[in-house]
Amino acid sequence: MSQSAARSVIPGFGITLGFSVLYLSLLFLLPVAGLVLFTFKMTWPEFWAAVSHPQVVASYKLSFLASFIGASINAVFGTLTAWVLVRYTFPGKKIVDALVDLPFALPTAVAGIALVTLYASTGWVGHYLDLFGIRVAYSEIGVVIALTYIGLPFVVRTVQPVLADFEKELEEASAALGASRLTTVRRVILPAILPALLTGYALAFARAVGEYGSVIFISGNMPYKTEITPLLIVAKAEQYDYNGAAAIGVVMLAAAFILLLMINGLQWWASRRG
Amino acid sequence: MSISIEQVNKRFGNFVALDNVNLAIKTGELTALLGPSGSGKTTLLRIIAGLEQADSGIIRFNNEDITGQHVSERGVGFVFQHYALFKHMTVSENVAYGLTVKPKKFRPSKAEIAKKVNNLLELVQLGWTADRYPSQLSGGQRQRIALARALAVEPKMLLLDEPFGALDAKVRAELRRWLRRLHDEIHVTSVFVTHDQEEALEVADRIVVMNKGRIEQDGTPEQVYDNPANPFVYEFLGNVNLFHARVKQGQSSIGDLQVPSPEYTNSEEQDGLAYVRPHEIDVFNLPQPDAIKVKLDLVTIVGPAVRLEVLAESDQQLIHIEQPKEQFKQLNLKQGDTAWILPRYTKVFLGEGI
Ligand SMILES: Nc1ncnc2c1ncn2[C@@H]1O[C@H](COP(=O)(O)OP(=O)(O)OP(=O)(O)O)[C@@H](O)[C@H]1O
Ligand SMILES: [Mg+2]
Repeated sequence: MSQSAARSVIPGFGITLGFSVLYLSLLFLLPVAGLVLFTFKMTWPEFWAAVSHPQVVASYKLSFLASFIGASINAVFGTLTAWVLVRYTFPGKKIVDALVDLPFALPTAVAGIALVTLYASTGWVGHYLDLFGIRVAYSEIGVVIALTYIGLPFVVRTVQPVLADFEKELEEASAALGASRLTTVRRVILPAILPALLTGYALAFARAVGEYGSVIFISGNMPYKTEITPLLIVAKAEQYDYNGAAAIGVVMLAAAFILLLMINGLQWWASRRG
Repeated sequence: MSISIEQVNKRFGNFVALDNVNLAIKTGELTALLGPSGSGKTTLLRIIAGLEQADSGIIRFNNEDITGQHVSERGVGFVFQHYALFKHMTVSENVAYGLTVKPKKFRPSKAEIAKKVNNLLELVQLGWTADRYPSQLSGGQRQRIALARALAVEPKMLLLDEPFGALDAKVRAELRRWLRRLHDEIHVTSVFVTHDQEEALEVADRIVVMNKGRIEQDGTPEQVYDNPANPFVYEFLGNVNLFHARVKQGQSSIGDLQVPSPEYTNSEEQDGLAYVRPHEIDVFNLPQPDAIKVKLDLVTIVGPAVRLEVLAESDQQLIHIEQPKEQFKQLNLKQGDTAWILPRYTKVFLGEGI
């Protein structure tokens, strides 16, 4: 057949593509479209007023900045955790490995309450931090800690398999060429895990931006100070201001989308080589 | 740079990978470590490089004890069987790597590095690949880049672990000739691991035959091939026929055939094994004195050679023979015919062999 020459060698491409589109539409695009539609009920000045209120703007700043810091902390310590889990054997390794997934399994509200108990000025950890004048609970630091906690598994689980598959010979080649251990890590190992690390970073960041349950307990939700955007959205919805909630939601969605697109671009750049 | 390996032992758990190995390698030599799989070749090479630590024993470079030195300080070039090129770096970045990781004080300037990389890429005849990534090269090309990368730091010696092991027969043969020529050009002390006896015989100045963590023999290719020290080396370096022999006072008898064995002049009568290479047997179409009468069981023509499988009439022993095709044609023999054979050269080892 003359047609078949142009077909892809991978069978079922049409079907899988069709299914993916349908699936994404039902589960993802429709709700998003609904969200956007909601905002169409508003006039432009109403929309602008809702999304640019100083209290809302302060919450954007906190949400995105804390998510950014949390994801960055996870990038560093998640990679370290993955490294330790892959490279070393120690008693209880299996348990530590299982613990990493805990933030996934635990209801976020439970995590939030646990974090408050720990970090409140009367808690086990907060008690000592208080001595140094560091307040975690009911402050921005608390928000960052909660967002770091829920994002950890993403980085560990994306980096871990790549590290496990990493050829030992590449490290040996680097060492034989005279490179110090640190140079080998920086110039050979890090570039190899960078695409996976960026994926984990993007996931941790995205998760943190949308996080609600674990944050609201520890943040204290002080307007202009420790109020995250998801909380504002919920608050508006509870006051039946669905339009206002949708408007803020759309802004958040757009901002998150642009940031994730940028991270993906970075990741593409990192993995394009080799 | 000469290498001296003294009483090196290495175990993995209970498994003895190297058993009291002693070896001296002269400056500028190209040495092959030859042996079957699991004989400890890679382990020995890695211990020389410092990628592995011996349990006991001493390694010296130019008589200096470097046993405790880290691989990054030994100044060796190591080439891996699977290339181990850095995937995220271009070919020229790979080759430059060893120079760019030098401490600032010793690092050549950017221009010097670029020039050196160019020269090396010319040396391995791959100048045009400079801006490619390793994934865009063939296996043979990758290995040549790996070699260029190892040479960039001007190593005191070059250690290669089955450098051509992952390549197909033709590329292998090409590359090993090329390696030989390269070595003649730059004369860096080199040790390469192989389990291919042909490769070792063709390329090396010196062959070290290893078996079960021990060195069985160590000599020039000719010495090792013509005078194998023991049955293992004999069998490992090419195909061989084995005959039962009785050895007595400098004579060995293989059936009716008598061959001189001057190395056993003073021995009592005892059992031995006679080793005869397939191409060291003459075939006749008429009876000859002492010759073994055989039936041609199978005649296979392989390019310019003929391989015969013959059965001895007396005990039906299978004997392999190899002859140039022209020579065999003149005998006018075909499969199923009767013929007479005489070994031209026989090596007898006492005992029941291996
Ligand atoms: N890291 C290790 N842990 C346990 N055993 C090992 C290790 N490295 C090598 N060995 C064992 O030591 C023996 C010698 O290994 P080595 O790699 O030196 O063999 P080789 O001669 O290079 O074989 P090949 O031709 O198959 O590469 C093998 O039996 C192998 O199983
Ligand atoms: Mg090996």
